[in-house]
Amino acid sequence: MRNIIAITKRELYGYFSTPVAYVFIVIFLFMTGIFTFYVGSFYERNQADLDPFFNFHPWLYLFLLPAIAMRLWSEERKSGTIELLMTLPVTITEAVVGKFVAAWLFSAVALVLSFPIWITVNYLGDPDNTVILSAYTGSLLMAGGFLAIGSCVSALTRSQVIAFVISVVICFLFVLSGFPMVLNVFQSWAPQALIDAVASFSFLTHFSAISKGVIDLRDIVYFAVLIVFWLYATVVVIDMKKGG
Amino acid sequence: MENIPAMPVDRRLPDRTELRSLLRSPMPDNRPAIEVKSLDKYFGPIHAVRKISFSVDHGEVLGFLGPNGAGKSTTMKMIAGFLRPDGGTVLVNNLNVIDDPVGVKARIGYLPEGAPSYGEMTVEKFLRFIAEIRGFDSTERDKCIADIIRIINLGSVRKQTIETLSKGYRRRVGLAQAFLHDPDVLIMDEPTDGLDPNQKHEVRSLIKNMSSNKAIIISTHILEEVDAVCTRAIIISAGEILFDGSPGELRAKSDRNDIDDAFRSITTAQATGLAG
Repeated sequence: MRNIIAITKRELYGYFSTPVAYVFIVIFLFMTGIFTFYVGSFYERNQADLDPFFNFHPWLYLFLLPAIAMRLWSEERKSGTIELLMTLPVTITEAVVGKFVAAWLFSAVALVLSFPIWITVNYLGDPDNTVILSAYTGSLLMAGGFLAIGSCVSALTRSQVIAFVISVVICFLFVLSGFPMVLNVFQSWAPQALIDAVASFSFLTHFSAISKGVIDLRDIVYFAVLIVFWLYATVVVIDMKKGG
Repeated sequence: MENIPAMPVDRRLPDRTELRSLLRSPMPDNRPAIEVKSLDKYFGPIHAVRKISFSVDHGEVLGFLGPNGAGKSTTMKMIAGFLRPDGGTVLVNNLNVIDDPVGVKARIGYLPEGAPSYGEMTVEKFLRFIAEIRGFDSTERDKCIADIIRIINLGSVRKQTIETLSKGYRRRVGLAQAFLHDPDVLIMDEPTDGLDPNQKHEVRSLIKNMSSNKAIIISTHILEEVDAVCTRAIIISAGEILFDGSPGELRAKSDRNDIDDAFRSITTAQATGLAG
């Protein structure tokens, strides 16, 4: 545990001592603002909720979070510090978890800094704040899923660009599998069970339930399993790649 | 054995500092600090290290010599627990690096080739991170960082980010990282590579000063270094040990009593042997 905390602290220090963190947070807040007010018609809807805000999170995360995750392992590999880290008395699991937690905390900071929109909606109307809290939780869980995928892909390559592109593609598949357009393709011929199975892999399906204020254990388990699976895959990849 | 503190009477378990000195003290049965037995490593079709065996005692400084691509770094990486061997065993203070990698890594100070470190961190923050991982608590941490900064002479750059430092200073940061926990086994891959003559001299005297109770392996291309710091030399070429003996014995291999000459004749003899 002590090692995980030390690695998380170092990683967070790495984010905030370079412009990466500030650029990311500013872009994230700017984009959520644009989407919520212009694309999501926050005012015109005349409803006191944050649906237009949260609805765009999967799409924003799709591009922003792989950019955060791409440096997790690629950079260590490229600069050779992976040899330093892996010859310190830490296990691969501790290193993987420590780095992932840092990236996740970082996305949590960005999310928390979107609080003015929450104040705005409370000032203008009388929203259901438990729904908003539930949606924030869902958004954070979904961010964890994106970052865990990004962590694994980043362990595969020393090029951050490749890590970014492949992460976006994999995350895109995970988001898309719940999209009506994709499900319609199956609708005409596939049995309902298959359609449900495809849809159940999607970030959208699980996130939209939580963002409506329905906290179902299955959705939380889905994200937890997803994160654990991809982190485990990261451990396996690093163990294999450093050995050969 | 004077570095083992008396067991405190009011507690039953030794604290971290005491535990570390206990760990550091030589094995009672006088086993070598590092034992490498028929170590084997393949990279795809390339047989990089071929059944290498040797051992290093406390108080010895072993110089690893050999042409580029001979398997020096690969062997060191396997001892430090970074690469997994395809065969053979590595024991460090009697602990097997495959069975207990974290235990072995806790006892080793390792300087990877090129002395990589986190460039965006300041020297002090970087050493603090290493100290945290090495298990020092907050009061011990300040003391050991202050000590190492003094010993390695990093005081003037302690607040500077590592990426802004010159090559010589970066190398020193790497050494500070390896020496921080005062390990009794030190493995350094080309510790003086790319340093100017004065810095080389400094690093060599640093290693020499520490060598009395430690087992040290350094790899180098500079043969004069062997004379300057090593008590023993091993020449590796194409993954095999061609020579294992004292610098004096190495020199005696040459008619002109010259270490460069001896190195050349040993390594080229193998090359022509292979060709024929």
